[in-house]
Amino acid sequence: MEGNIVQMGAYIGAGLACMGMGGAAVGVGNVAGNFLSGALRNPSAAAGQTATLFIGIAFAEALGIFSFLVALLLMFAV
Amino acid sequence: MATTTHEVAGAAADHAAESAGMPQLDFASFPNQIFWLAVTLVVIYWVLSRIALPRIGGVLADRQGAITSDLTAAEEFKLRAKEAEAAYERALVEARADAQKIVLQARAEIQKDLDAATAHADAEIAARVSESEHRIGEIRAGAMEAVVAVAREAAADIVAALGGKADAKAVAKAVDARLKG
Amino acid sequence: MATEEAGSALSFHPMEQFIVKPLFGDGPVNWYTPTNVTLWMAMAVLAIFLMLVVGTRGRAVVPSRMQSIAELSYGFIHKMVEDVAGKDGLKYFPYIMTLFMFIVFANSLSLLPMSFASTSHVAVTGVLALAVFITVTVIGFVKNGVGFLGLFWVSAAPLPLRPILALIEVISYFVRPVSHSIRLAGNMMAGHAVIEVFAAFAAIAVISPLSVVAIAAMYGLEVMVAVIQAYVFTILTCVYLKDALHPHH
Repeated sequence: MEGNIVQMGAYIGAGLACMGMGGAAVGVGNVAGNFLSGALRNPSAAAGQTATLFIGIAFAEALGIFSFLVALLLMFAV
Repeated sequence: MATTTHEVAGAAADHAAESAGMPQLDFASFPNQIFWLAVTLVVIYWVLSRIALPRIGGVLADRQGAITSDLTAAEEFKLRAKEAEAAYERALVEARADAQKIVLQARAEIQKDLDAATAHADAEIAARVSESEHRIGEIRAGAMEAVVAVAREAAADIVAALGGKADAKAVAKAVDARLKG
Repeated sequence: MATEEAGSALSFHPMEQFIVKPLFGDGPVNWYTPTNVTLWMAMAVLAIFLMLVVGTRGRAVVPSRMQSIAELSYGFIHKMVEDVAGKDGLKYFPYIMTLFMFIVFANSLSLLPMSFASTSHVAVTGVLALAVFITVTVIGFVKNGVGFLGLFWVSAAPLPLRPILALIEVISYFVRPVSHSIRLAGNMMAGHAVIEVFAAFAAIAVISPLSVVAIAAMYGLEVMVAVIQAYVFTILTCVYLKDALHPHH
């Protein structure tokens, strides 16, 4: 801790970037929850839509991974 | 960050100079990784497309074929069983009809025998009845004669007892008249 | 580095496990040097060979355990390609199967202690994603000619909106390889780094039981993630392939 202001900013930025993961969590939960409520209404159609579920989860989660990546870059690579 | 002194203790210290921060962003190792990845992918692709996938696909197709042929065989057996059942059913119906016929025939025969026996019995009964009537007639005639004789004797005796002289002819005439009247 | 905690008992080196090291000696990492990347990719190849080739050598109509696993994975990917990309996508089935088997085995093997996670490197997943991107784009132009550009021209939208949508579609098309590769690498990196961080907490005696439980739970999650990420990578490849084969939906 030699008072490097750049390093401090990077750490704060990394912490802020982690908030994006919360957004991804909300998104993934939304996808899975809506799938479940739809599946309970019409269970016979649910089996065919698992692939769509995973694609949706993957897209939602990718953005959370991006924010994680930004945090890592700030922590280790700036 | 790259300029900060790197104080990782121990084994990793040697690599500190290049791989400060994320090893993922250490561009010096990229050619190595990409080269070995290419080798790996080519090997896997070769193994899969030359050996594994045709083999598994063949096994799956064989199994599908076996299942299909088994199913058709089962279908055939089912058909055959159905045919056998129909034949059995038909035989049963025929047998039932035969039995019906035999029963009818037997009943007719029995009826005929019965009729014949009845007729025979009737004839015999009639013969016996006529014979019996004949004999009854005879007996009745015999009895009538005996009654006449007894009446004559009794009349003669009564006349004699009353002190008369019984004329046989007159007594007979009187008794006959009485009996007829 | 985040590791300069002088005087503290804790020392976090969550990224150290991803360092590419030569297998023999301490020399520089040239493009041909056998490194731990080589070792663990070779392990993946060996595992695939054992499962898909040695496991099925019986060619039995009634499969053994190994053979039925191989058949299940074959049927799984075959059905996925057929359902998502259509019948004409089956021509590319060996290519997609290669991707799936490599990713699923590299992911799973990286969960062994002291192993190296080759799929957590952006270089590796980037090459995989770029290969898919280039292949799919080439297939699209070869199969449909200029008609492939119809993918970006949303004919269902009202006319004034179409140029804007086309711009968005083009951007999202070129972001595909980025998200495709970062998703896999990020998931693997995050999981391994989190396990490493929990392992570092085990140095404090009071919280070490909690740390062990947390590592076990994360490990279970990572086993799931390893397979799901391979599945997601593969199914997205199928979706992109479908776009290339039938750009007009």
